[in-house]
Amino acid sequence: MLQLQNLRASVNDKSILNGLNLNIKAGEVHAIMGPNGSGKSTLANILSGKNGYEVTGNLKYEGKNLQDIPIEERAQKGIFLAFQYPLEIPGVNTTNFLKTSLNTIRKAKGQKELDTLSLLKLIKDKASELNIDEKFLSRQLNVGFSGGEKKKNEILQMKLLEPKLAILDETDSGLDIDALRIVADGVNSHKNENNAFLIITHYQRLLDYIKPDFIHVLSNGKIVKTGCADLGQELEKTGYENFK
Amino acid sequence: MKSGELKYQDYKYGFTTDIENIKAPKGLSEETIKFISKIKNEPKWMLDWRLKAFNRLKVIKEPNWQKPKYPKIDYQDLYYYSAPKSMKDKPKSLDEVDPKLIETYNKLGIPLNEQKKLSGVAVDAVFDSVSVATTFKGELDKKGIIFCPISEAIQKHPDLVRKYLGSVIPITDHYFATLNSAVFTDGSFVYIPPNTRCPMELSTYFRINASETGQFERTLIIADKGSYVSYLEGCTAPMRDENQLHAANVELVALDDAEIKYSTVQNWYPGDKDGVGGIYNFVTKRGACRGKNSKISWTQVETGSAITWKYPSCILQGDNSVGEFYSIAITNNYQKADTGTKMIHLGKNTKSKIISKGISAGKADNTYRGLVDINSKAFNSRNYTQCDSLLMGNKCGAHTVPYIKNKNSSSTVEHEATTSKINEDQLFYCNQRGLNQEEAVSLIVNGFCKEVLQQLPMEFAVEAQKLVSISLEGSVG
Ligand SMILES: Nc1ncnc2c1ncn2[C@@H]1O[C@H](COP(=O)(O)OP(=O)(O)O)[C@@H](O)[C@H]1O
Ligand SMILES: [Mg+2]
Repeated sequence: MLQLQNLRASVNDKSILNGLNLNIKAGEVHAIMGPNGSGKSTLANILSGKNGYEVTGNLKYEGKNLQDIPIEERAQKGIFLAFQYPLEIPGVNTTNFLKTSLNTIRKAKGQKELDTLSLLKLIKDKASELNIDEKFLSRQLNVGFSGGEKKKNEILQMKLLEPKLAILDETDSGLDIDALRIVADGVNSHKNENNAFLIITHYQRLLDYIKPDFIHVLSNGKIVKTGCADLGQELEKTGYENFK
Repeated sequence: MKSGELKYQDYKYGFTTDIENIKAPKGLSEETIKFISKIKNEPKWMLDWRLKAFNRLKVIKEPNWQKPKYPKIDYQDLYYYSAPKSMKDKPKSLDEVDPKLIETYNKLGIPLNEQKKLSGVAVDAVFDSVSVATTFKGELDKKGIIFCPISEAIQKHPDLVRKYLGSVIPITDHYFATLNSAVFTDGSFVYIPPNTRCPMELSTYFRINASETGQFERTLIIADKGSYVSYLEGCTAPMRDENQLHAANVELVALDDAEIKYSTVQNWYPGDKDGVGGIYNFVTKRGACRGKNSKISWTQVETGSAITWKYPSCILQGDNSVGEFYSIAITNNYQKADTGTKMIHLGKNTKSKIISKGISAGKADNTYRGLVDINSKAFNSRNYTQCDSLLMGNKCGAHTVPYIKNKNSSSTVEHEATTSKINEDQLFYCNQRGLNQEEAVSLIVNGFCKEVLQQLPMEFAVEAQKLVSISLEGSVG
């Protein structure tokens, strides 16, 4: 699904990613762990197409050159980013935003746009699975939401949009243990053999709930070690020191 | 920009109706004024009033303190009256109106036919210098509500017109108000009798069609004691290389316990993307809250015109009266706007609220200019002002010029202002959810304008939202 070879990225001559290689196949869950500033969010941003980076390397998504695909088309083709810091958009009703987003993506996929009634029902059902109070849906998008509420709202969007490649950037940070479990359930229920996850996290605790197939350690813009689930436990004990 | 390329969308109301016109002789003169007065069959007092304004005009000068400068207007090179020839014999019913005119309004989305007319909205359709038709007249008549062209009111309701015309905007007020008083042609007249709630939206649709012609709209709305009316005006004009002048005077009078809600969706031709052509929209709008507990609320969505220069104002005379001003001014390409309001607090416990949203894109320039004036006798009065400006790109400008005069220590004035650039991260967030650049801009800007948009009557809010999006097409990329 996703192949990254020798990905290098810099901003204003400051290099952030320094030759990163990564292969993700459908049905897999990959976790990326690494200290602050190691380039995790940069990787997520580049995969979803954010402007402002100088990017080189051979990047392929479903066989196509990723760099050629505009941001919104990547989203329409199934790349989803749950933001580390979801944006507040004043004056924009949350439900309306979800409706617009979902119908735009459905249309791009050649699916029928949903009418308002079925949309509202779908949004309500998914929200209740995540234990999101209905009143959040009528508020302005992310405005005044707590950190945890914003993160849940990201997972709600993931569940609605049904992406092929979901990138979760520190979705677990700032969640209490109950919210963490709900979010993990959300991910697990979405997971199947046709989609894949790239989960960026600092902590092992999320990985107790979501079993990754691979764990990669990112340091100074490079993957310095790849292992399976127990690498997480090791990191928890020893920290990142050994991997610099 | 990698994201979807943007195209400049042509102004969709830019067509011209090919029709034979009757025009006044070119130029501004006593002859022209007499021509207008005669063709409208006016009583002598009206002509005298016009001539008084004309004499005044000879000794005053155009103001020049505004930010947008414009080339000198040659007032002798304009037509002051132009109307379809077919309107000369005053069609008695819609069947007698030239189908070309009906078709024009159909194209603008304002069907005038009985069967197709907008439900819940009575429309007065003004084409250049005449009113073509007014819908729902019968139904309004039953309640004693008068909704007709002002030229008709001058003949049929002279007492009301004489009592109130010029009572809010004196003919000596300033150059353009005086000019309008001398040469005004048509516009709407509304009278709501005591204790009557107008059962539908009243609206006037202004269309400029003829070239080299100025449009001098005059509107007068009177809400008698305990009455309520919501009124909306819309405006469009053909695409032309020349700049055309629209100099309107609008006067509102609210008596005891009455409320007037006045909304404008201004979409005059803005000129092309190089700044050629477009309407000069130099407008004087003023409302008097003359009675106690009265209320006047202005809502404007200003997206068109090459230059917009207007300050819909409230004179809060009655105790406990309330004035509101909600504004969205969008300027793109080379458009310029200098707009805001004046809230004059005279009565006790008077309140005013100003919410202004200015959006600038391209090489455009947008100024909020406002005055809050609290008189020494306006005890316990309050004003709240909030001015937000949004900039798209770095070649446009936004300015906020608030004047505050508070002469009463028991009264308070609160002013907040922000200026921000459209947020790249917000755009990225929307793009990541599948929206293209245009959709993302539209969503964010409509959110920014929300507080004002939600003031519009429901029938028009959706249209206004679309207009906001269209006006900004091509502004980011
Ligand atoms: N737009 C930018 N301009 C300059 N430096 C940046 C920019 N974005 C990220 N960086 C730097 O790149 C490094 C990696 O950042 P980031 O990807 O956010 O790390 P992580 O998510 O792993 O904490 C940090 O040192 C950060 O300061
Ligand atoms: Mg990060």
